[in-house]
Amino acid sequence: MTRISLTVDGMNVSDDVEPRMLLVQYLREKLGKTGTVVGCDTSNCGACTVHLNGESVKSCNVLAVQADGAEVRTIEGLAEDGRLHPVQEAFRECHGLQCGYCTPGMIMQSIDLLRDNPNPSEEEIRQGLEGNLCRCTGYHNIVRAVQHASGQLTGAEGGSK
Amino acid sequence: MTVTENAADKEIGRDRRRKEDARLITGRTRWTDNITLPGMLHLAMVRSPFAHANITSIDTAAAKQAVGVVAVYSGADLADFQGACINAWAVTTDQVTPPHLPMASGRVAFAGEVVAVVVARSAAEAHDAVELVEVEYDELPAALDLKEAAENKVLAHPDLGTNVTAVWVFDSAEAGTGSDVDAAIETARADGILIEREYREQRLIPSFMEPRSVVVDPTGEQITVWSATQVPHILRFAIAATTGVPESKVRVIAPDVGGGFGGKLQQTPEEMLTFAVARRLGKPVKYTETRSESLMVGHHGRDQWQRLTLSATKEGRVTGLKVDLLANMGAYVAIVGGGIPVLGAFMYNAIYKFPAYRFTTRNILTNLPWTDAYRGAGRPEATFAIERLMDELANEVGVDPLEIRELNWIKHEEFPFTTVAGLEYDSGNYEAATAKAKDLFGYDELRAEQKRRRESNDPVQLGIGVSTFTEMCGLAPSRLLGQLNYGAGGWENASIRMLATGKVEVITGTSAHGQGHETAFSQIVADRLGVPFEDVEVLHGDTQISPRGLDTYGSRSLVVGGEALVRAADKVIEKAKPIAAHLLEASVDDLEFTDGRFGVRGTDQGMALTEIATAVFTAHDLPDGVESSIDAEATYDPVNFSYPHGTHLCAAEVDTETGRVSLLKYACVDDVGVIINPLIVSGQVHGGLVQGIAQALWEEAVYDDAGTLVSGTFTDYLLPTAADTISFDVGHTTSPSTTNSLGTKGVGEAGTIASTPAVVNAIVDALRPWGVHDIQMPCTPARVWSAIQNGAAK
Repeated sequence: MTRISLTVDGMNVSDDVEPRMLLVQYLREKLGKTGTVVGCDTSNCGACTVHLNGESVKSCNVLAVQADGAEVRTIEGLAEDGRLHPVQEAFRECHGLQCGYCTPGMIMQSIDLLRDNPNPSEEEIRQGLEGNLCRCTGYHNIVRAVQHASGQLTGAEGGSK
Repeated sequence: MTVTENAADKEIGRDRRRKEDARLITGRTRWTDNITLPGMLHLAMVRSPFAHANITSIDTAAAKQAVGVVAVYSGADLADFQGACINAWAVTTDQVTPPHLPMASGRVAFAGEVVAVVVARSAAEAHDAVELVEVEYDELPAALDLKEAAENKVLAHPDLGTNVTAVWVFDSAEAGTGSDVDAAIETARADGILIEREYREQRLIPSFMEPRSVVVDPTGEQITVWSATQVPHILRFAIAATTGVPESKVRVIAPDVGGGFGGKLQQTPEEMLTFAVARRLGKPVKYTETRSESLMVGHHGRDQWQRLTLSATKEGRVTGLKVDLLANMGAYVAIVGGGIPVLGAFMYNAIYKFPAYRFTTRNILTNLPWTDAYRGAGRPEATFAIERLMDELANEVGVDPLEIRELNWIKHEEFPFTTVAGLEYDSGNYEAATAKAKDLFGYDELRAEQKRRRESNDPVQLGIGVSTFTEMCGLAPSRLLGQLNYGAGGWENASIRMLATGKVEVITGTSAHGQGHETAFSQIVADRLGVPFEDVEVLHGDTQISPRGLDTYGSRSLVVGGEALVRAADKVIEKAKPIAAHLLEASVDDLEFTDGRFGVRGTDQGMALTEIATAVFTAHDLPDGVESSIDAEATYDPVNFSYPHGTHLCAAEVDTETGRVSLLKYACVDDVGVIINPLIVSGQVHGGLVQGIAQALWEEAVYDDAGTLVSGTFTDYLLPTAADTISFDVGHTTSPSTTNSLGTKGVGEAGTIASTPAVVNAIVDALRPWGVHDIQMPCTPARVWSAIQNGAAK
């Protein structure tokens, strides 16, 4: 067991973990942060994407011990004072989710994408989300949601055609 | 009373943002794998690495000694305890159905079959101990190739003596729905056009994003099962029917379920084993599959060979169609596995008027994982075959593919129309959908661009793919299911509880897993009862809350479940009426119900339905003999299917030097009847399109010569990403269904059905000048490039 101390969604936490424990397992099993989910075992799907020191990572690809001293933000820590993050709001507005399983990872990745490139083209959005799989939406409305969040779509246009 | 007109203040037809999303975008979700119970144990599976083998020994001693391990069971240990996986649809009375125990004992029939289970305090300890279970096998010859298996060269189950589980035939001459197909073929052979083709529907994996998971808590008076399933009601029935545990002692809950696409309508070995182990140990037990397990053993889809003969006049008028299928069942006939090709049988004639038709499917056992419903279930296969053939026919005649379709399709004024397969199509307007799709697509401009590229020998050629389709939705009329020897009905149930505070609880027997029922059903009830959308709460997916239901698949939830809901709402109004009359001191005959209010005709007196709900709660002043409840329940059994249709147009660029295919534009117009929520409908279409496009271009479950899945991770099984796809132009026409009062037709499968042939037709269209007339799916760059080389060599 190894002792780790970190900040998760603004909360200071400290735990003994097995060296092999993945960050996503730590979040889900130790902290009960079940908003972050596991969709594969080969780091293809991106459902487990969180922010580690402000950068998006697939939390199945990071050991919990690697997060020692880090600041982690999950889907559960995005809304502030009950107000949704603009990207969360955009996903709802544009119907960018159906079953919702990929959504936490998709939203976390979209935030990262928009931070790097606040005004992305459709092509840049599609490339930026390549590491996150969705089986329901065909990505059409996910792309719209990111465009909407970046201010490129407004009003009725922000919804789905 | 009708609610088909979309007045501005009506909910039906509005782009309501979904109620479900508030929890899904914040991570406040209830996936089965999130559930943790006191004392809960974890299950991991030991699976056969061989496709066909005798188990000679299982040594669990080392695993039992491992840290944290509570128990290890083999098939023999749970033999009388584990129940069975049921086949609910023997498509013929003499169907050969191999018994399917959740855990094999003695012999395994596919790679991935469970041979032992490990129970431990943590999932990690259970998985570690799996490695310590020593299983020895004697390998047997395996039936892996579908065509060879059909000839019984190697038997998947030697004791059965055959791999052919069933031969199911429909013949229009015998059924009295058409003439003799062989006569039509002979006529065409002498003086007409005969198109003979063989198409491959590759094996696909549904690949829902949430891996399957099950938690069983045996500690209460009822055993509670949480499962990532589409079918909680069917699962409850199947558990009770095969374990002997009374149905009343089993509660099944489908909490948030992350996609299904048919892949979660199974009663699975993993559910049954978790149930058995929890009962045996008296402790809660959880099993969550890894993605590799999910891809390996969750049921697969498609996997058919289609041998097709289309006869036509020289002008291109189709005179007959003969279909011979080989359908791969896998090692066991899944819950409705044998019925998938049969569902397709009714759809090969599609939107056309064919005078003669014969369909034969031979359902074949192999030593591969089982197959069953995957988005579209039989209908994509049928649509692919006929839409490819219609393009071939157009090419033979030398006319535009849309022209050949128009020559053969059912005209708008001919509805209702009884097809050569014996179905009565209720409504449709193929002319209107096609005209709109052409417009949306820019058909003539893209044909001109195609011509330009051909004439300039552009290495990147342009192909235009056409696909029209119809499908049977709203599964299903129970009587018809009975005639087809299906083991259950097709009704749906709904109830409405009018709460004293004016809120409304709606209970549906359908079980959403991404479709947005909570939103769409709220819209229906809000309109019908005249209550605010926000005041309606839709409950589902728990056999204790919704005791009667047949769940979600086959585009049935809105068409069948929605109609049940409408009928329950009408019963609420009928029950409230005498109470309203009493409280308003008016005659029942003088009351009219509009916008949630009973008004006395000719006066301004009235009372809201919600006020009556409160009056019923206090029950201080009810008329004599009237019960103090206006809650109501309705069960609806459809009299016919609904028949959505559409025209899809795809423009694909084909790089003739590399074989790479890229989508340039995709436009579709779907007529799904009356639309409750356009936002949700478009989303269903988009997602369906990409799944169908993925069959055309990328996805395939690939096996090696030993029957081991090669495409066993998302690195190898090519689910499309955002970077692989494009945005779509989606439109609609509206021909209200006449088989339900809402006029809805269903949309869950539409995109998947139409897009696969649209894409392949586009690729073939691009490469006609090279003499290419077919490319097997998925149309990978290697296959496309080879087709170009082979075509050019001819």
